[in-house]
Amino acid sequence: MSDPILKAGALVRVDGVEKIFHRGSEDIHVLSNLTLQVPAGEFLALMGPSGSGKSTLLNLIGGLDRPTKGTVEVAGDRIDTLSDRQLAAWRARHIGFVFQLYNLMPVLTAERNVELPLLLTSLTKAQRQKHVETALAMVGLSHRAKHYPRTLSGGEQQRVGIARGIVTDPTLLLCDEPTGDLDRKAGDEILNLLQALNREHGKTIIMVTHDPHASARAARTVHLTKGRLTSEAVQ
Amino acid sequence: MKFFHLIWGNLNRRKLRTSLTLLSILVAFVLFGFLCAIKQALVGGVELAGVDRLIVRHKVSIIQLLPESYQTRMERIPGVAAAAHQTWFGGIYQDPKNFFMQCPVVPEQFMAMFPEFRLPPEQMKAWLATRTGAIVGRNTADRFKWKVGDKVPIMSPIWLRKTWEFDIVGIFEGEKKGTDTTSMFFRYDYFDEARKAQNWGTGQVGWYTIRVKDPAQAANVAKLVDQEFENSPAETKTEPEGAFAQGFANQVGNIAFIVAGILGAVFFTILLVTGSTMSQAVRERIGELGVLKAIGFTNGQVLGLVLAESCLLTMLGGGLGLALAWLMTARGDPTGGMLPMFFFPVRDVLIGLGLSVALGVITGMLPAQQAMRLRVADALRRM
Amino acid sequence: MNTLLNWFSQIGSIAKFGLMSIPQRRGSVAATVIGIAGVVLVFVGVLSIAAGFRRAMANSGSADAAIILRSGSDSEMVSGFGRNETRIIADTPGIARNAAGPLASAELFVIINLPKRSTGTDANVPLRGVEGAATAVRDNLKIAEGRMFEWGKNEVIVGAGAAREFSGLEVGGTVKVGRESWPVVGVFAANGGVAESEIWTDAKVLQAAYHRGDSFQSVYARLNSAGAFQQFKDALTSNPQLSVKVLRQSEHYAAQSEGMTRLITTLGFIIAFLMAIGAVFGALNTMYSAVAARTREIATLRALGFGSGAVVIALMIESLVLALLGGAAGAALAYLAFNNFHAATMNWQSFSQVAFAFAVTPQLLVQGIVWATLIGLLGGLLPAIRAARQPIAAALREL
Repeated sequence: MSDPILKAGALVRVDGVEKIFHRGSEDIHVLSNLTLQVPAGEFLALMGPSGSGKSTLLNLIGGLDRPTKGTVEVAGDRIDTLSDRQLAAWRARHIGFVFQLYNLMPVLTAERNVELPLLLTSLTKAQRQKHVETALAMVGLSHRAKHYPRTLSGGEQQRVGIARGIVTDPTLLLCDEPTGDLDRKAGDEILNLLQALNREHGKTIIMVTHDPHASARAARTVHLTKGRLTSEAVQ
Repeated sequence: MKFFHLIWGNLNRRKLRTSLTLLSILVAFVLFGFLCAIKQALVGGVELAGVDRLIVRHKVSIIQLLPESYQTRMERIPGVAAAAHQTWFGGIYQDPKNFFMQCPVVPEQFMAMFPEFRLPPEQMKAWLATRTGAIVGRNTADRFKWKVGDKVPIMSPIWLRKTWEFDIVGIFEGEKKGTDTTSMFFRYDYFDEARKAQNWGTGQVGWYTIRVKDPAQAANVAKLVDQEFENSPAETKTEPEGAFAQGFANQVGNIAFIVAGILGAVFFTILLVTGSTMSQAVRERIGELGVLKAIGFTNGQVLGLVLAESCLLTMLGGGLGLALAWLMTARGDPTGGMLPMFFFPVRDVLIGLGLSVALGVITGMLPAQQAMRLRVADALRRM
Repeated sequence: MNTLLNWFSQIGSIAKFGLMSIPQRRGSVAATVIGIAGVVLVFVGVLSIAAGFRRAMANSGSADAAIILRSGSDSEMVSGFGRNETRIIADTPGIARNAAGPLASAELFVIINLPKRSTGTDANVPLRGVEGAATAVRDNLKIAEGRMFEWGKNEVIVGAGAAREFSGLEVGGTVKVGRESWPVVGVFAANGGVAESEIWTDAKVLQAAYHRGDSFQSVYARLNSAGAFQQFKDALTSNPQLSVKVLRQSEHYAAQSEGMTRLITTLGFIIAFLMAIGAVFGALNTMYSAVAARTREIATLRALGFGSGAVVIALMIESLVLALLGGAAGAALAYLAFNNFHAATMNWQSFSQVAFAFAVTPQLLVQGIVWATLIGLLGGLLPAIRAARQPIAAALREL
């Protein structure tokens, strides 16, 4: 297997980024002068105490928010300059999200949940179904396709979440505390899955976590404290 | 539509709340249908009036009689194609509550003037052959279960103060849905001969209906008719049939206004109920809407989803309500014969459907805009 | 005693929390209150039409006032008497007398067309010819403006209702009678009764104008006492020279208005019933969502020891309070908007206009509040039971 870090060019370039939130009359500097590069095919962990700005950084990379200053470039696109409408379309094509609380639609079955991002494409029903089946097979949940989230365990729900995140074959998979709500065993299964996606399928993954066990699975970990990068470790 | 699962799933999220809201909307539209039928009953006469017909009555009062001799004079007026008369019989069948109109007429000229009354030719022949013969409309025939061949006693307190007996020789149907088939018509020659026994009214009739050659000239012909009889002992007032019906409807009251007022109150209430439901529904789902946006749904698409949801709800409730109203009104007059017609006009059904869409848009608009304006990061935090 | 007080205070606390949480839920609460107010408004409004109409028709007639028609007539229009018959009737024992003679007025009327103020189109008005005792044989009749017409002259007085509905009917105006114009010299009031929708003149003058010879249509009489009615009626019906029908004026008017009143009341109830069903659904909706929103709160209270029964009653009180608020608002609005609203409609017995005023009676207001209460109870019952039945542990965990 090719070493992901040797792939040409950085997939994600964050340069001199600042993010300021306004709470009433106060200005809160969540991120300050942040510069980061993520090569294609890397499995990166973002760690830091709560309030350190890691989720905010993830949002910026995922096009969910714009920086106050600085630039964010993903796969060659300067996403800090795109309009809301363009960002939506961009996200649909390039990003897959995995959330701590799974964020599945309780009113849809597992396969309909996985299908959601595909509704934004122009694929036919048959084509969509094929992609859904593939994604569910990859996370090992083909037998639960027609179940509603409330009948699935936490680990199973998160796996559906991951299937949804990869079903469009996105450039980047962003995970915000994916194991935060799971017990050790289920969490390990999720991390195994993420590692497999990275090593066998070459998916670039950025994962925010506060759990050292989780970050140990990543190829590189960067630490944030009070909105700044403080250290970096390759494992 | 590929988003159907999402929209339908969301409505089913809180089955109870959705059903209750649906039922409220359904009831409102049943009421709508019912009120439309009532309005139609009271003012429908105006629409169904013949455009080429005028009513000629005594100028001073509708209860005064006009001479029979006016007929030939009227038919000579330029623009008049034909004339036919009717007279108020005012009869009672068994009980004053069983009210319906009866009039003596001259059969052939009357049926020619009112082609909306459909009578089979053999029944018409029987009528012309039977002096005491009478034809009755389908509505009243069914009401009292009369059949051709029945003898029907009608007591008239105005004419001879006795019970007259008529032979039912025919039952006429209405050409259109709203045509009044509650009346009974019998022969004028029988009537005129019999009333010679009392010393008034002979040779006089209640009112005339005139057909004009050109409907555009109706107003002019009306003036000519009234001029013809000016300064005679019985002056006339002539107006188009529609205007006469309108004047009558106006006397009953400003029905359209009252009905519109009630419906306004009802729909305002429904608007609030549905709007409140939709707002709640959106508020509960802020997190999920954030997820959709994260996945890549645009603001416009999220707006569309919420609107589609509210419209689906209102159109389902509205459609069912209108259908139910249709079935209920098809059962006929709830007052048991006091109204000349009772049905839910198709035109109003369509208006109702339009209203249900409008309801969906109005109630969904505010929550949809809120959903649209959500900042994704904020929304995700509220999951 | 202690446990009872305890129980009451439990209910009180829960109810208080509930009512205090209303500001958070003001959207759905407002929707319910306004919805119930709407139901009561429409209910009271529509039925006030019937009540007002009935009042106008029934206002004429105390128990000692009688009307005599030809037998077989169910309205004055189809009745008829000659002068002789009216004299015999007036001389029948039982009729009160004053210095001028028996208190009996032989009357007739015709229908004339006048333009309505509101629509400009023509409508029918009764023009009644009366005799001297006319004001004495009816209740509450007095000249409100101008003066009584002079007997034998071509003058008329108009009822306050007719004056309101039709153009030209004020003191100094004229009424077109056939080809002539007769001056209006006075306006009379009859406490809102049916006479107020009429125009009056001397019977002799009317007979001459309409070539009625010496014929009448009815006799209105004032009896010695209410008790004298039966005897009076018997005397008339057994008289071989006469063929009459004798009624108390109140019965006569009741029969006249029956059809219209029945129509409006039936329709009114159907409309109100349908609206109420809608309101019940709305109320259920609100209460269910109220309960759902406060699941954890209610479960906490129960975990702390508040009884299920107390929870149910407290929630129902909350629902009732909202419903009563809505009901009171609707009733008040109905009273302000509709009471004494003047309108006119067709009197099918005389084919003429009868003026009346919407009447928001105390009974109607009470009925409206009762409906609101029922809606509140129905809307609160099921959600309250559900709240009390939820398993506490599960509810506490719910976010």
